[in-house]
Amino acid sequence: MSDGEIQVAINSDQDIILARQKGRALATEIGFASSDATLIATAISELARNIVSYATKGQITLKAVNGANRQGLAIVASDQGPGISDVPQALRDGFSTSGSLGMGLPGVRRLMDEFEITSQPGRGTTVVTKKWKQ
Amino acid sequence: MEVPILKQGDVLIATFQAALSDADLNQLRSGLVRQVVRFRSRGVIVDVTAMDVMDSFASRTLREIAHMIRLRGAETVIVGIQPEVAFAMVQLGLTLEGVATALDLEEGLIYLNEKFETMH
Repeated sequence: MSDGEIQVAINSDQDIILARQKGRALATEIGFASSDATLIATAISELARNIVSYATKGQITLKAVNGANRQGLAIVASDQGPGISDVPQALRDGFSTSGSLGMGLPGVRRLMDEFEITSQPGRGTTVVTKKWKQ
Repeated sequence: MEVPILKQGDVLIATFQAALSDADLNQLRSGLVRQVVRFRSRGVIVDVTAMDVMDSFASRTLREIAHMIRLRGAETVIVGIQPEVAFAMVQLGLTLEGVATALDLEEGLIYLNEKFETMH
């Protein structure tokens, strides 16, 4: 198993596809069931889309992680975009500032097991989210 | 990758080949609406069997396609959503509200033919 990180630069909608394909491949390599690999790929797609929609460009980093007696996959989505001024609001269903469905973040949180977001207005946003193998 | 659109009688069939970019989806939307007008189609089937991920953008585009085509007086049915993709969509909170779905191409054609009969 590769223990390095996989980094995907997100600059366009084409990169969204690349990121989720690499995520699915890594999830499969770690041994996730196919249904969980689909959840992970969907989460990556939403996070990468947020980068393209709100920050124009950023980066998705994928890595295998080890917890106590368990293995998982971490997604780090980071950008130097405008940031989010009201994070709790952005985590509520139905909220959006870009005219999209606004389901990105709360949806991603439901798809994954752990979810952390740090955002500074004017500096950018970083989301770290993990899924553990059942 | 562009989505091929086949004409089969009164029905247009668009089959997703693989992962589609946002640009591909937008192209499909305008292409389908244009073809429905051109061929005076009464039904559209969008086959998403090959789709690996249905995220918020893809599902919004499919909903838009169905609603635009309905405004033309034709019916759209989405077929072939894989069980795993459906599971992820529910977790993500995505619904294809107001859009007909069917198991596969065959069921989709049956659905449209029944619709056509009630339209007479």
